[in-house]
Amino acid sequence: MLAHIIQNLPQVLIDGLTLGVVYAVVAIGYTMVYGILELINFAHGDVFMTGSFIGATVLFLFMGMGFLTALPALIVFLIVIIIAGIATGLLGVGIERVAYRPLRRKNAPKLIALITSIGISFVLEDSVRFIAELKTGNYIVTAPSIFNHRFTLSAHDWFPFFNNATFQGSFILVLAVTVVMLVSLDLFVNKTKWGMAMRAVAQDRDTASLMTINVNRVISVTFFIGSALGGATGVLFMIQYGTIDPYIGFILGIKAFTAAVLGGIGNIRGAMFGGVMLGLLEMFAAANLSIITHGAMGAEYKDVFAFIILILVLIFKPEGLFGKAVVEKV
Amino acid sequence: MNILEVNHLTKKFGGLTATSDITMNIEKNSITAVIGPNGAGKTTFFNMITAVYKPTSGDILLNGKSLVGLKPHQVSQFGITRTFQNIRLFNDMTVLENVLVGMHQNLKSHWVGTLLQLPHIRRIEENAKIEAYDILKYVGLDKYTNENAGNLAYGAQRRLEIGRAIAAKPKILLLDEPAAGMNPKETDRLTQLIYDLRTKLDVTIILIEHDMKLVMKISDFIYVLDHGELIASGKPEEIRSNKRVIEAYLGKGAVAND
Repeated sequence: MLAHIIQNLPQVLIDGLTLGVVYAVVAIGYTMVYGILELINFAHGDVFMTGSFIGATVLFLFMGMGFLTALPALIVFLIVIIIAGIATGLLGVGIERVAYRPLRRKNAPKLIALITSIGISFVLEDSVRFIAELKTGNYIVTAPSIFNHRFTLSAHDWFPFFNNATFQGSFILVLAVTVVMLVSLDLFVNKTKWGMAMRAVAQDRDTASLMTINVNRVISVTFFIGSALGGATGVLFMIQYGTIDPYIGFILGIKAFTAAVLGGIGNIRGAMFGGVMLGLLEMFAAANLSIITHGAMGAEYKDVFAFIILILVLIFKPEGLFGKAVVEKV
Repeated sequence: MNILEVNHLTKKFGGLTATSDITMNIEKNSITAVIGPNGAGKTTFFNMITAVYKPTSGDILLNGKSLVGLKPHQVSQFGITRTFQNIRLFNDMTVLENVLVGMHQNLKSHWVGTLLQLPHIRRIEENAKIEAYDILKYVGLDKYTNENAGNLAYGAQRRLEIGRAIAAKPKILLLDEPAAGMNPKETDRLTQLIYDLRTKLDVTIILIEHDMKLVMKISDFIYVLDHGELIASGKPEEIRSNKRVIEAYLGKGAVAND
């Protein structure tokens, strides 16, 4: 049994990492907004989904214009991801302006904003579905495939107790792009003026505003960055997994949110770590559950396994792995 | 010349009048103290100047321009910053970062430029760090640059709040009980710092303070509030002998028995 698990490990790591970095970037969107507004923005998963559809649209458009054959795939991909990122960034800023800011101005309870975010989530899902069906007749869209070379990682040659693992070309791309996004976000938050303003607003909004910081502007910047990252990840998801539908944001959003909680909500590095960990756990379970349980449970129980781990972590460390226990202000 | 004029400022919370009909003229480059027993409305007064509260009636003029109706970040951008009675630092940020937050508006870097990390913006942010370090030296905290603000000793936290407030290059600095909880040595150091701010940085200072020794020593002019009303104003020696002030602090009997 153990031999089996070890043999599969390289493949599990590759698949888990792919899924994990996707969770990680989406989790950041949740954690940033929570850190600054104490709002769980349930619409964020659907911003991710919208990003993947915008990406698909642009890709089809390029295909129609013959770009896909004229330009290197990498350039096309970068253009697509930038367009989708900016569009979803603006979408996020718009959602905040239209739906959350008026509530904040009226000092509405946080629960109201939460319900609003669920509403926005449905609006996005159904708008995208409506448009997709109108244009293509089907709301499930299969993206034109680029980067689908298969590579083999010959782990067996290096370590005889491993099996070889295979991956698509897009795996490298997903990994590279997310790592770039995660590192630049980390630098942004820790080193720049606006990152610093963001942390200041997260800690004490009123004091920040008395120190010349325009709090609403900071909140807009936060939504822009969180949503742009989410939308760009939507494009990565589309490229990696090929098929998208308007409801992919729901489950993925919940899992990314879980990852954010696992890492300690409000903590950006925690969200990154939580995302990768959840992805790895899930894939580990998918590959090994039926071996471990002698066939009683199949790969479809992977979520159960991942969430049991989450529950265990939270029982022993309720503030999350990287979170700080909140000390009540007196 | 008056840098700040407060005309008939009133704030009511429902039926409670926190401050009523306060008029003050603050001279440029002066040190003014606002004193009074607890609950006199001093902090409410500061909160109105910094736009945390909107006055029920009355006007606040900075160099002749009204501040009423502005948002807190706008008032601070126009040049009024403050410290807090109960210290409100960004505890999870470093000492240097706290000062950098104060410099926010003076960092001319548009956020799009920041996102792209354009070279000239990086240079601006590097220079800002040097400036922030100078401010820390000035308030005597340069040894703790990378310490989290929450870990500083009490007196040091108070000085960091002042550092953060002057980082915004204010015209007027409001200090809300700067010496509260300080030992005599720390208070002496603070006194020197306040003098310094006035002479070297050309800042006008308004402070709320209960330490009468400090107030009498440092102030050019004193306003006394009691139950939200202005009961006296004048130079320190005038306030010291003012009957209404002694009554407010010690009760009516105190004057009669004297």
